[in-house]
Amino acid sequence: MVYAGGVTALNEVSLRIDDGEFVAILGPSGSGKSTLLNIMGTLDRPTHGSVAIAGSEITEMSDKALSRLRGERIGFVFQQFHLIDGLTAIENVATALLYAGVRRRDRHARAREALDRVGLADRSGHVPMQMSGGERQRVAIARALVNRPALVLADEPTGALDAANGAAVLDLLTELNRAGTTIALITHDRDIAARIPRQVHLRDGRLGAA
Amino acid sequence: MTRIAPGDLIGLGLLGVRTRKARAALSAVGIAIGIATLVVVTGIPASSRLALDRQLAALGTNRLQAAPVPDRDPPAVLPAESVDMVARIAPVTVASAVADFGQTVARSDRTGAGDFNALAVLAAKDNLLRAINGRVRDGRFLDAAVERFPTVVLGSVAAQRLGFAGLDPREKAPQVYIGRQWFTVIGILDPVPLSPDLDRSVLIGWDAAGKWLRFGGHPTRIYLQTTDDQVEAVRGVLAATVDPEHPGDVLVSRPSDALGAKRAVEQTFGALFLGLAGIALLVGGIGVANTMYISVLERRREIGLRRALGANRGQVRVQFLTESIVLSVLGGAAGVLGGVLATAAYCAWQAWPLVIPGRSTAGGLTGALAIGVLAGVYPAIRAARLHPAEALASV
Ligand SMILES: Nc1ncnc2c1ncn2[C@@H]1O[C@H](COP(=O)(O)OP(=O)(O)OP(=O)(O)O)[C@@H](O)[C@H]1O
Ligand SMILES: [Mg+2]
Repeated sequence: MVYAGGVTALNEVSLRIDDGEFVAILGPSGSGKSTLLNIMGTLDRPTHGSVAIAGSEITEMSDKALSRLRGERIGFVFQQFHLIDGLTAIENVATALLYAGVRRRDRHARAREALDRVGLADRSGHVPMQMSGGERQRVAIARALVNRPALVLADEPTGALDAANGAAVLDLLTELNRAGTTIALITHDRDIAARIPRQVHLRDGRLGAA
Repeated sequence: MTRIAPGDLIGLGLLGVRTRKARAALSAVGIAIGIATLVVVTGIPASSRLALDRQLAALGTNRLQAAPVPDRDPPAVLPAESVDMVARIAPVTVASAVADFGQTVARSDRTGAGDFNALAVLAAKDNLLRAINGRVRDGRFLDAAVERFPTVVLGSVAAQRLGFAGLDPREKAPQVYIGRQWFTVIGILDPVPLSPDLDRSVLIGWDAAGKWLRFGGHPTRIYLQTTDDQVEAVRGVLAATVDPEHPGDVLVSRPSDALGAKRAVEQTFGALFLGLAGIALLVGGIGVANTMYISVLERRREIGLRRALGANRGQVRVQFLTESIVLSVLGGAAGVLGGVLATAAYCAWQAWPLVIPGRSTAGGLTGALAIGVLAGVYPAIRAARLHPAEALASV
């Protein structure tokens, strides 16, 4: 992957993640972790090479097909949560079903269920400003899992949280993985990484051992 | 599956407006002012036109007058039999006349005649009220029975100037002094809108004027009514009928024409304000486009997020286009409301019936919608083109 300006963020990376795996991606700042995750999540296209999700090659897919793939099969969790300010927790979660064409009433029922799963059923009417960082990240996780995606990609989901909240988030993701969801998670936190079955190390855009 | 339900789309379009209310309101002000101006500019003339039409209908557009052409030397004089000739024109339903024969009125035999110079003393045919749609406010009008005695009826202004507020049947009837003769006031008229000169006159019966004041019987103003569809035809033959020998001495007029002339004035005003409304709408559209452009810049992370949640480019585009339309139409709706209220207030003040042309409100809202589309196209395209990963990473 070469960015405009000539930065080669990923070089000769070949990675295969199987169904049901839980992978931690580790590496120093600037090593290309986010770039790798964005490519895996179809938010970015590699300049060279190929990416296949569930057996389908994505590099040649149309914007429509890619968007649909993201909406139906992939859930994202970000370090900055990325909740929409003007929407309540339940509306934020329900937005993940909007583009899949789920009817409004069903969206809300399912969003309520997802909030219940992350233990925030009582906060469904709150807007992001009224919630703590840990709560916001749990709402974001509810949003990532509400459409039952096959793959969840998390870019430093615990990066903005204290240890206790970080551990709670990891518990939720571990539980999700046990239920069958494939998860790739970027982290700088050794303790967190130690709790994840498989670890992948990046350095200067290349895969390597620790 | 990629279509967003209309209800959801409105919800998306309202998001930006809900979360930044003050900015939305400010950016929609221009459109609101433009549409309000449009509604006012079309509503006020329409209301005034209806008021005028009703007034004309009440007063009658089927009335004509004939008078001698003024400032002739020797003065033009209408034949004594002209009123009867006019009454014989087939479509004429009523013809009457008054004659100014140079008399003046006073309240007593001691004051000089000059005191009430502005008031005319007119001989009047006894069917005058019917020809001018006049009404007696107090007392009665002249007729054959009372004309055997020296009696007068006063126009509304004449009564006021002479100091008679009204006639009290319990008191002795007031008298006025005309040409060395006392006349008893037996009636006072209501104002006559289409013939205001009658308001300032003292009316004496046609025959009574001949008997007591040596009136020669030449009318100075003939009033007539005809059926609505024959007005022009009657107008065409009127001069020749009044004075077959000197038709050029006869001035024919239609009293409702003066009122109708007001319309033309209002219409020229309308064009000017319509231009101003157009400028307000243009500025308003630019305001909305600007707000939308800033909104897209500020909400790049939201756009990136929506892309991650499965929104394709078209769905992002339609969200921002909808927001622009919502903003613009809300401004338009506020403008319609404001315009209707302003027009209603003005009409209430003028005592006009309120008319809001449906085409101006529908046109205004459609215009606002079109402006919303135009203003939103470019920002929406910008939003849709954002790269998902970069949009998410932006601060
Ligand atoms: N949009 C971009 N345009 C140009 N260069 C970029 C862009 N995004 C990232 N890079 C560069 O690519 C390299 C890898 O960046 P990336 O964000 O993947 O790192 P990271 O491993 O996620 O780092 P961190 O741990 O700090 O998040 C860096 O050198 C970065 O400067
Ligand atoms: Mg990163």
